[in-house]
Amino acid sequence: MSVDAATVRRIAHLARIAVSEDEVPHLQGELNAMLAFVEQLSEVNVEGVEPMTSVTPMQMKKRQDVVDDGEIADDIVANAPATEGHFFLVPKVVE
Amino acid sequence: MTDLTSLTLAEARKGLSAKTFTSLELTDAHLSAIEAARVLNAFVMETPDQARDMAKAADQKIAKGEGGLLAGIPLGIKDLFATKGVRTTACSKILGNFVPTYESTVTSQLWRDGAVMLGKLNNDEFAMGSANETSCFGPVGNPWRREGSNTTLVPGGSSGGSASAVAALLCMGATATDTGGSIRQPAAFTATVGIKPTYGRCSRWGIVAFASSLDQAGPIARSVRDAAMLLRSMAGHDPKDTTSVDIPVPDYEAAIGKSVKGMKIGIPKEYRLDGMPAEIEKLWEAGAAWLKAAGAELIEVSLPHTKYALPAYYIVAPAEASSNLARYDGVRYGLREQGKNIIELYENTRAEGFGAEVRRRVMIGTYVLSAGYYDAYYLRAQKVRTLIKKDFEDCFARGVDAILTPATPSAAFGIGEKGGADPVEMYLNDIFTVTVNMAGLPGIAVPAGKDAQGLPLGLQLIGRPFDEETLFSLGEVIEQAAGRFTPARWW
Repeated sequence: MSVDAATVRRIAHLARIAVSEDEVPHLQGELNAMLAFVEQLSEVNVEGVEPMTSVTPMQMKKRQDVVDDGEIADDIVANAPATEGHFFLVPKVVE
Repeated sequence: MTDLTSLTLAEARKGLSAKTFTSLELTDAHLSAIEAARVLNAFVMETPDQARDMAKAADQKIAKGEGGLLAGIPLGIKDLFATKGVRTTACSKILGNFVPTYESTVTSQLWRDGAVMLGKLNNDEFAMGSANETSCFGPVGNPWRREGSNTTLVPGGSSGGSASAVAALLCMGATATDTGGSIRQPAAFTATVGIKPTYGRCSRWGIVAFASSLDQAGPIARSVRDAAMLLRSMAGHDPKDTTSVDIPVPDYEAAIGKSVKGMKIGIPKEYRLDGMPAEIEKLWEAGAAWLKAAGAELIEVSLPHTKYALPAYYIVAPAEASSNLARYDGVRYGLREQGKNIIELYENTRAEGFGAEVRRRVMIGTYVLSAGYYDAYYLRAQKVRTLIKKDFEDCFARGVDAILTPATPSAAFGIGEKGGADPVEMYLNDIFTVTVNMAGLPGIAVPAGKDAQGLPLGLQLIGRPFDEETLFSLGEVIEQAAGRFTPARWW
């Protein structure tokens, strides 16, 4: 499988990465090189093989359903580029 | 007194407890070495004041006889580990001036045991790279050069700063992380020892995530014993990481010097690649001979799905990365580029903040997870991963204790020499290491010799799950036979 220029633009948008028109051919080449490389997986017989979900056989740990952290709003907004009080500021989302 | 920076960690610990020197003296010696080695670009942030404060505190504890396992030992920390109050960037522009308000579990355990932080170490952006060339702070220089050449070589990646700093005697050990070979490949390129423990052995909490099902932290050090001491402190159960395993941490140092007599060592025939340099082949044979001389039994084994590990990795890792890196949106932390609306703000921030390699991997990951392609790529890759793991399980079921392979297909190369035209050329560096991450197993890289140009080469030992001890025992045999290697200082 390989990707065309329109697919490159679509993936970039899905990934939320702005891509200028003159970057598209270059990216298309690189993505196709990677896709050509992974193509060899199609020759493996995976009939009846379970996909891996956990590399170490283990029971998913569960924790008590209690509050064990919190009251750290100052910490959470400490590194934000734009805030007001304990809120993150973003451009208007709802008109 | 000999130069304090040339001591191993184990030797320094003896000197500290015998009060031959103080941690402050040891720390100052390293701070001076770091200052004199800035051309290597190994550190992206030096923290001398904090280092001296931590050293003084360690000295007080040692004086009272309360020094921990690593009391007063100066270390470097890969910039992927969140350090409270100290800028942490993963060497990406998108994290900008991010200053964590918390400490990663692994580093907090090192400080618990008395270690001293010298600063933060360079790495490939978000640990994506095999040459430390994708860092937003620029490439790292390898302290090793080809004989008679002034060309600066790469230290490998992604833990290039860690490997370079340890090899150049700028710190006594360093933290590192390994997703496809990022501890073991730079260790091999710099004649240092690097171990990627079993998945789940070290907590991932507070480490900037790349590919969560593959990422593991581990140490880079100058001897097998030093690596064992560091891992003992770094490992252990952490309720904050659900994949962290709740089993006791053994005294890894006790495994050093233990007899390897009667151990079965597998030599996988699939690792004998066409066109493999003769000197790698020779090194591999030498390693086998040393283990045999120590009483181990060598048997040929087969890991039939080896060749599919790297392509499967380049689906699984970018897929997980595209998901993990979705959080860098210009809203909660780091860089923000303005946009007319929220979508443009995201798109402009991520275009400006991510470097070329990260953009490429996020895009390929997005593609393989997108509607209509998930089954063909991601699901198939995870099935192949099951088969790769089964290869190893079958091998261990035959009584094999560990597997011996080369660590890398070549020695270090020059900055800008690889991957310019085709990204896959660079990816092939991890061909011997990536299988281990795919199967979640422990792997250690130990320096074993030099190539014709005088550059270090390493061997890799792969162990059973949670059997790092056997790797330390076998690694020590190789170290004893091959000796240790120090680069000639040019910086």
